[in-house]
Amino acid sequence: MNHLPLLELRGVSKRFGTSQDVVARIAKVFGVGLPDHTVYAVDDVNVSVFPGEIVGLVGESGCGKSTLGRMAVGLYGMTAGQRFWKSEQLEKLDPASRRQKQLGMQLIFQDPVSSLNPRMRVRDIVGEAPVVHGMVAAAEKNAYVEELLQRVGLNADALPRYAHQFSGGQCARIGIARALALKPELLVCDEAVAALDVSIQAQVLNLFMALRAELNLTYLFISHDLGVVRHVADRVLIMYLGRIIESAPTPALFSSANHPYTQALLAAAPRLEVRKMVFTPVKGEIPSPLHPPTGCHFHPRCPHAFHRCKVEIPTFREIAPSHFSACHLND
Amino acid sequence: MASDHESALASNVPRPTLEVQNLTTEFVTRSGIAKPVRGVNFSVMPGQIMGLVGESGSGKSLTGYSIMGLVDHPGVVTCGRVLFKGVDLRGLNSAQRRAIRGDRIAMIFQDPMMTLNPVLRIDTQIMEVVSAHYPVDRQTARAMARSALVQVGIASPDERLSAYPHQFSGGMRQRIAIAIALINKPDLIICDEPTTALDVTIQAQILFEMQKLCREAGTSLIWITHDLSVVAGLADTVCVMYAGEIVESGTVQQVLALPRHPYTSGLIACAPSRNKPGAPLRQINGSTPSLLALPSGCAFRNRCDRASDICHTPPPTVDEGGQSFRCFHPMPINKFNESVG
Repeated sequence: MNHLPLLELRGVSKRFGTSQDVVARIAKVFGVGLPDHTVYAVDDVNVSVFPGEIVGLVGESGCGKSTLGRMAVGLYGMTAGQRFWKSEQLEKLDPASRRQKQLGMQLIFQDPVSSLNPRMRVRDIVGEAPVVHGMVAAAEKNAYVEELLQRVGLNADALPRYAHQFSGGQCARIGIARALALKPELLVCDEAVAALDVSIQAQVLNLFMALRAELNLTYLFISHDLGVVRHVADRVLIMYLGRIIESAPTPALFSSANHPYTQALLAAAPRLEVRKMVFTPVKGEIPSPLHPPTGCHFHPRCPHAFHRCKVEIPTFREIAPSHFSACHLND
Repeated sequence: MASDHESALASNVPRPTLEVQNLTTEFVTRSGIAKPVRGVNFSVMPGQIMGLVGESGSGKSLTGYSIMGLVDHPGVVTCGRVLFKGVDLRGLNSAQRRAIRGDRIAMIFQDPMMTLNPVLRIDTQIMEVVSAHYPVDRQTARAMARSALVQVGIASPDERLSAYPHQFSGGMRQRIAIAIALINKPDLIICDEPTTALDVTIQAQILFEMQKLCREAGTSLIWITHDLSVVAGLADTVCVMYAGEIVESGTVQQVLALPRHPYTSGLIACAPSRNKPGAPLRQINGSTPSLLALPSGCAFRNRCDRASDICHTPPPTVDEGGQSFRCFHPMPINKFNESVG
């Protein structure tokens, strides 16, 4: 494996907040302003994706995994941090060449149906972007789209049709064709199979694997489904409330999870093989990212929490070869 | 009905809480008659958890609605019997049905935000369920509401009683919906994908509560879901639905260990956990047929690699030791183990 990452995110953060007007800012100086409503969606995250690998990003709803994916491809701006594409910092480039570089990473969205424009025909949904970016001449659009559709398992008779004329699984394939149209090297799949039925999900996952082999693609695979991630990913990142708390090669993560949250997550997932499972749930709710707990974000729910967890943010460090975890228990 | 009752007593066999026979629901649409539920049969014993599994559009939720009598126009339950403790619910008038719904049979829906009324405090909503069925005063009803919240594991119930639904998280709202379903100690609860919208750790909390409550109160449960692994961990028996029909049923042990219908077998085989990581997943080709244009005979035959000409006629129901399936070419008993093992 090449040791230069294809995409690297360094110290990336995203905060969502209402921008305060002049009055509010002056009031704040005098200490009478409204309380800050800032959501810490992603908080100082480092991610490297190496060429050819599939990185799984797992977390529960509201943990910031989708936000991270959208920042990676440049759909959201970052509040802090740097993005490197093939060791080149994207923020330092002028906007035009940054956009050009960003074509190398494409996003596949969560809901396969609503991510397609209902008023556009498939030939335009898939073919618009490559024509706009000058990769394909307008006259060759149909032939180009047809070839892409065949690659994802659809027929040429799909070209003049609209999104509502397809089933969920077919819409997912159209979404994949649209992403592939720009000849990306990195595909960011944001819950790309979550909305599909089990039997269709298997078809789409197989398509992802086949495309990886054919086109030498790299994936950042965002999902809440541990079973899916375990199947496709080479390396897994576990995210909790805006921070990455564990990262390990897939077999190591599933055999020897280190962080108590990862352990809880693995224990809570129902499995086909286990009959009459005795559920031993973690207590408590996922805290609101408006008011994240101090120190380690997981400490209010953690069975092993002690005083230090409340005050100090655990460092994310290597505990075994290429196995990283952020937990005070490792010290 | 009376003779049924006596013979059951005589043989000392526990009677099922719910027995559904040949239940069929039709929707008359402009493009034809769709039958999302076609001749469904099953029964649930007291204290038993039955998983009703199917993909979207398989008719699993509509089966639940048909039992409850909640099918809206243009849907009509056209035939079959729904015997709740020996009484056919379809023969009751709406007042009699209302007396049973919410009291003896409760239902929990998928989206807890849609279940609760956003403009009423939750104490009002819980107490309403009690006072609709029993002549109790406000104090008693409130005390019952409080203990119901404690039962489903909500901390500081006294303050939480006077909160509004938007002040709760998704998992908490689902707990309140469960508290409402439980408060009259029903004999049967129909759960329609109650944990699908929830996160894994919250789902485990809810499953834990439901398991405990069923064990303690002897309530029967119908758990409608698309997730076979939840059924594996929770249920005693399972019915697998495809295009409106139950294609296979039996105990969880039987069906998940040795599925005989090719659809069940395919569904289990395509779960990522049943495949070698990185290897291509076994898949079921094609997609679910439209209910308006079902294939003749076996609805699964277009996607089935075991199908032959005989599958154009409706397959018989074969019963083997409590496991029944509708198929001309069931999976051989040893084949599945080889492919998975």
